[in-house]
Amino acid sequence: MARETAINWILGLGLLAVPCLALWADETFYITLATRVAILALAGVGLNLALGFGGMVSFGHATFFGLGGYAAGILATHVFNQEPLLTFPFTIAGTSDMIVIWIVAILVCALVALAIGVIALRTSGVYFIMITLAFAQMIYYFAISWPSYGGEDGLSIYVRNGFPGLNTLDPIQFFLICYAALMLCLFLSARLRDSRFGAALQVARQNEARLAATGIAPFNIRLVAYVISACMTGLAGALFADLNRFVSPSMLSWHLSGEIMIFVILGGVGRLFGPLAGAALFIVMEFYLGGVTEHWQFFLGLILLCVVLFVRGGVIGILAGRRHHG
Amino acid sequence: MAEPVLSLHSLRKSFGALKATDEVSLDVHEGEIHALIGPNGAGKSTLIHQVAGSLTPDAGEIRFLGEDMRGLSVAQRVRRGLGRTFQVSSVAPEFSALRNVMLSVQSTQGSSFRFLRPVMRDRALIDAAMEKLAVVDLAERADIPAAELSHGERRQLEMAMALALQPRLLLLDEPTAGMGPEGSRSLTRFLDALRQEVPILLVEHDMEAVFSLADRITVLVYGRVIASGSVDEIRSNADVREAYLGEED
Repeated sequence: MARETAINWILGLGLLAVPCLALWADETFYITLATRVAILALAGVGLNLALGFGGMVSFGHATFFGLGGYAAGILATHVFNQEPLLTFPFTIAGTSDMIVIWIVAILVCALVALAIGVIALRTSGVYFIMITLAFAQMIYYFAISWPSYGGEDGLSIYVRNGFPGLNTLDPIQFFLICYAALMLCLFLSARLRDSRFGAALQVARQNEARLAATGIAPFNIRLVAYVISACMTGLAGALFADLNRFVSPSMLSWHLSGEIMIFVILGGVGRLFGPLAGAALFIVMEFYLGGVTEHWQFFLGLILLCVVLFVRGGVIGILAGRRHHG
Repeated sequence: MAEPVLSLHSLRKSFGALKATDEVSLDVHEGEIHALIGPNGAGKSTLIHQVAGSLTPDAGEIRFLGEDMRGLSVAQRVRRGLGRTFQVSSVAPEFSALRNVMLSVQSTQGSSFRFLRPVMRDRALIDAAMEKLAVVDLAERADIPAAELSHGERRQLEMAMALALQPRLLLLDEPTAGMGPEGSRSLTRFLDALRQEVPILLVEHDMEAVFSLADRITVLVYGRVIASGSVDEIRSNADVREAYLGEED
């Protein structure tokens, strides 16, 4: 346990150190790279709550990532075009305030996750995977075929949304916002894992019949966990849209669902800092291997295969050994 | 006599042409151990599943503490006081024995929708769970993951988890299965004392245990009750000897 805590500290401080060094060396590119890692890790932290702690293999988390992204994109577009989002029955204007955008993104994701979860959580195993995928595909094709917000071409955010007191266009300041969001969600995940709710959620994964025989309905526990999980991934999506100043249906694609899942599996399913380790490894490989060969994903596949076959605990498992419960 | 704690009335359940439960009625009263016996395939497990709520009967009625159980889920029945142990031990394997029992305690102490307070700093949960582990003689193994406990210890753990729910009735599905003679005897002594606290519906293969424990016995064969009564009545019943006890000699 102590060893895993030490590794978590190293990972957390390491992610902070990279952009600081880059700032000192005046290499803005690495700040952006670190920001990418922080945001994608955040998406993974969300999924890890459902997949790692709760055993819900959601193959549709890009839905929430994309919805968060579109929340940022749509609200910002309305401000840019100076037209209200809604005129009847009352007027709602767009906004370029990140905090408002995050709240909207989280609320939208919570509602959609509730609707999907109520249906999908009646199934389990491979059916759950397929239903979450099916919902994700529905929303993906909806985004493609809806011309008001760019359709297939996506939607540009011309000026990065603002955060009170900060200049979000400065890469290091935007990084710090993303880093703070990641750390906050990691902290919440840790507290959640150790709480009463977390105990029930983990037993839902280990032994569903036992949970029910203890008088706790597994469905309700899973549904709430699924919704919280979606909210975190949605927040990541809103940040990702601001990072790229662009949203497109690819943020909703099953390909992205797979990538978020890869972060979790690569880093270590159910390990608190697993998604950060996984996302960092993924981005580093994409960057360095991608520079050497176009077929870097072949090597990613090999590594993933080895992780699944030989080290169930992923990167964190290799470094810190088996998971231990109090 | 007072109203029974559990009462089954004309329960029926078929799987295709197989009548797994055929017009079964029985009562369990306060302070008693009611044993359910029968050869393999007699429908004992099917009956237990219907009482627990994991199977829905085709017809008939299950009343628990005067309330109709129709439409209530497994978890809802547990919260109303229906505790159980499983034929094959069912625990959370990655959690320590202590955390397993703490889960039961948290279920009785209000809501599981508490998100931020660490359970391992919750003295009320830990103390209540340790108390139940001590009752089943497992206190010194509290920190061992359930997966690493011996078979007998997992049985004890399940009992602690069931008792921590403060049940009004216990469903015990073959509690001595896979236990050695010594473990079986000590469990028998334990259950003998327990009946004063909580009535028990006991499914059991160990005839020695059944005859020494039960206040009343119901014999199930091919889903039907062929006899029901005191230990002496069942021992001397000709149908029972032929259908079931004959195999034992």
